[in-house]
Amino acid sequence: MGAIEVRGLVREFKKGPRAVDNIDLTVAEGEIYGFLGPNGAGKSTTVLMLTTLLPPTAGTATVAGFDIVKQGPQVRASIGAALQEAALDRFLTGREHIKLQGSLHGMKGADLRQRGNDLLERVGLTDAADRKVGGYSGGMKRRLDLALALLHRPRVLFLDEPTTGLDPQSRSALWDEVARLSREDGVTVFLTTQYLEEADALANRVGIIDHGTIVVEGTPDELKAEVGRSSVEIEPHDAARLADLERALAPFGEPMVTRGTRASIRLNEGVGDVAAIVRALDAQGIVVHQLRLREPTLDDVFLEKTGRSLEGSGDNDEDETPSA
Amino acid sequence: MSAVLATQVLVISERSVRRTFRQPAAIIPAIIFPIMLLFVSAGGLQAAEDLPGFPSVSYFDFALAVTFMQGAIFATGGAGTDLATDIETGFLSRLSLTPMSGAALVLGQLGGAISLGVFQATCYLAAGFIGGATIASGVAGVVVIYLLVILMAVGFGAIGIAAALRSGNGEAVQGLFPLLFVLLFLSTINLPLDLIPITWFRWVATGNPITYLVDAVRSLIITGWDGPAILAGFLVAFAIAVLGIIGSAAALRGRLQRT
Amino acid sequence: MSDFLHWLTAVQGIAVRQSSSFFKNPALVLPSLLFPMLFFAAFAGGLSDLNRIPGFDYTPGYTTFQYVFVLFQSSMFGGIFIGFAVARDFENGFARRLMIATPRRSAIMCGYGLAALVRSAVTIIFVTIVALVAGINVLGSPGQIVLLYVLALTSNILGSLWALGIAFRFQTLSVTPLMQIPFFILLFLAPVYVPIELLSGWIRHVADVNPVTFLLEGGRALMAGTTGPIVTAWLVVLIGGIVLGIWSLTGLRAAEKR
Repeated sequence: MGAIEVRGLVREFKKGPRAVDNIDLTVAEGEIYGFLGPNGAGKSTTVLMLTTLLPPTAGTATVAGFDIVKQGPQVRASIGAALQEAALDRFLTGREHIKLQGSLHGMKGADLRQRGNDLLERVGLTDAADRKVGGYSGGMKRRLDLALALLHRPRVLFLDEPTTGLDPQSRSALWDEVARLSREDGVTVFLTTQYLEEADALANRVGIIDHGTIVVEGTPDELKAEVGRSSVEIEPHDAARLADLERALAPFGEPMVTRGTRASIRLNEGVGDVAAIVRALDAQGIVVHQLRLREPTLDDVFLEKTGRSLEGSGDNDEDETPSA
Repeated sequence: MSAVLATQVLVISERSVRRTFRQPAAIIPAIIFPIMLLFVSAGGLQAAEDLPGFPSVSYFDFALAVTFMQGAIFATGGAGTDLATDIETGFLSRLSLTPMSGAALVLGQLGGAISLGVFQATCYLAAGFIGGATIASGVAGVVVIYLLVILMAVGFGAIGIAAALRSGNGEAVQGLFPLLFVLLFLSTINLPLDLIPITWFRWVATGNPITYLVDAVRSLIITGWDGPAILAGFLVAFAIAVLGIIGSAAALRGRLQRT
Repeated sequence: MSDFLHWLTAVQGIAVRQSSSFFKNPALVLPSLLFPMLFFAAFAGGLSDLNRIPGFDYTPGYTTFQYVFVLFQSSMFGGIFIGFAVARDFENGFARRLMIATPRRSAIMCGYGLAALVRSAVTIIFVTIVALVAGINVLGSPGQIVLLYVLALTSNILGSLWALGIAFRFQTLSVTPLMQIPFFILLFLAPVYVPIELLSGWIRHVADVNPVTFLLEGGRALMAGTTGPIVTAWLVVLIGGIVLGIWSLTGLRAAEKR
């Protein structure tokens, strides 16, 4: 039995469409599962349900073997969560956060102190532990958030967009820590993200969610293989010749969804076609402004499955965090 | 109270107190403002001592009770605004993921309100003594004033908490402020009930719970042991506390949807 | 001339935008009407027995006595609240755009000031209607009453200039207490509840030199058609206007340099 088992999970809000629409997924013990999707896709709503903070409208799920509806307290005891926007009290110090949260978990005395110190050390906050959180940087807040989530030694960890808004350095430091948790401690990690490279770098398996439904699921390599062959993207010097360009490219592969003034095709034969393509364009007098050869990425998977690009695609969607 | 609940209430109170006292910008007005108004109105209304029927005390002593009411109103704002902030930032979700009980959340927040209330009351009393006030009911009376202050902090704090849990919005909680100030102004803060000649005002003041709270504290300061006034004050404070806590509990169910 | 017309257009544009955003928002309009009413009800209603104090000799009666206070209080605070709007405009970046778009920046000051006047005029009309229903006695001549309202509206300008000076300098909403508290203190250290002759002790000494005292006592005299420190009241608004005008203009200069 997986650490997380989800069957037919649905969440509706009074006004608006289904935020989460009948999703199924399984996450094995010790696995890092990347839940990838744009803003408003239903990622956070799913996390809120799995962490028992929001009751589902329909469907079932178990986390660490406990039913999220019937066994809320047991689920909460087995999980740690770092929800969006590292919610911390800026008037308390890091150590005071540890004490508050640990006490609420029923930890006390030397055990709590020792565990707190270990975690602060591990996330590199020992020196800052007695400073008020109001003075922490974004990366320090996320690290404290992670330490707090791990305090009571959970078996399953939920990270909701843990690196949104972080600088690249802080981001990679957090990735290292999450990877280590899974590798060395066998913690199961359920991670939501809008960043492809995050899912690619961390996750053993990825589920892509869009408009509340999971559109595809698999290991990053499987998904990329599914999209398959390399593609080429060409921008003509003269935008008016885009249609000519598309016609000229047609014999070399199937057209892909294009953006703006560029044409893309998935190559029938692979990289070897490029020379032939250049000759063909030359023959027709189409001047190439830019030519880019691309190996498949998770973005291609997303584009393929949803018809949109992930980057920036959710900008106009409503905030998905429910205000119940 | 079970040991687990007691621990939870304790740590949440502790945090609430820390947070309150680490925001000087929030508590200094709650101390300074009532004291400033006390001195100003005691100066401006001193002439009221010459009114036939006015109690034979200085207006300063008469007005001292009002500071405690203003303090209680600040308690509403404080407890509510802090909790609303927790809801807005997601801190409440963080707490909800622990085995924290809803009762511990409400009681813990109230612990913060009570601490602030007691601290405020001490400052007001000190200001009163500096201004030359005497407490007619003596040391025991001061103890009773503190008890009433605590009960008021619970009641008004619970109203703020209920508003925060229901709205989840700090501005909405602040919106209660003017409403409570209207109630304060339409009570017996400035003159005793029987010296209010305008009929509608007297009716409003008579039906206004604040009147009984002010009169109870005031009686302990200027009269001594006025049983009915003290009893009425405690009954009203108790009723507000019960209503506030029922309101908080109901709002908590709507807010904490965890399974 | 065209310069002046341009300036006037800018003043009008700012005032109209400010006023329309104010009057379209009940959350702003209601308190601005209700707070003066609250003072009026609490003081005129709750304290009317004070006219039985030996020595209270204001002929038009206690309600009228308090009406004059509420008139000046609401007028001044109507001015001060415009400082809130300016601070908010600075916070959301709108004021910066204004400063770029307006060649003569004094137009910004005058535009906001004009909006404050309009806002206060509405409050004054509302309070006056309620006061007339409640039964105030107007004993002054028509000329004196006109002078009273001009005095009240001028004190509105004082409030605006003070708050604008703060808003220009700090450009954040968190200094709004600094806009209100000094005026609040001045107002309540004046003869609010009883005529100045009935004040004694420290507050009498303060009230004797408090400029707001002259506004209130002068205004009450105009209302009652009696003699009072009317000339002093005009001196107060004149000198206050010059001092606060400089305060506000230098604030605007400081804002331009930021």
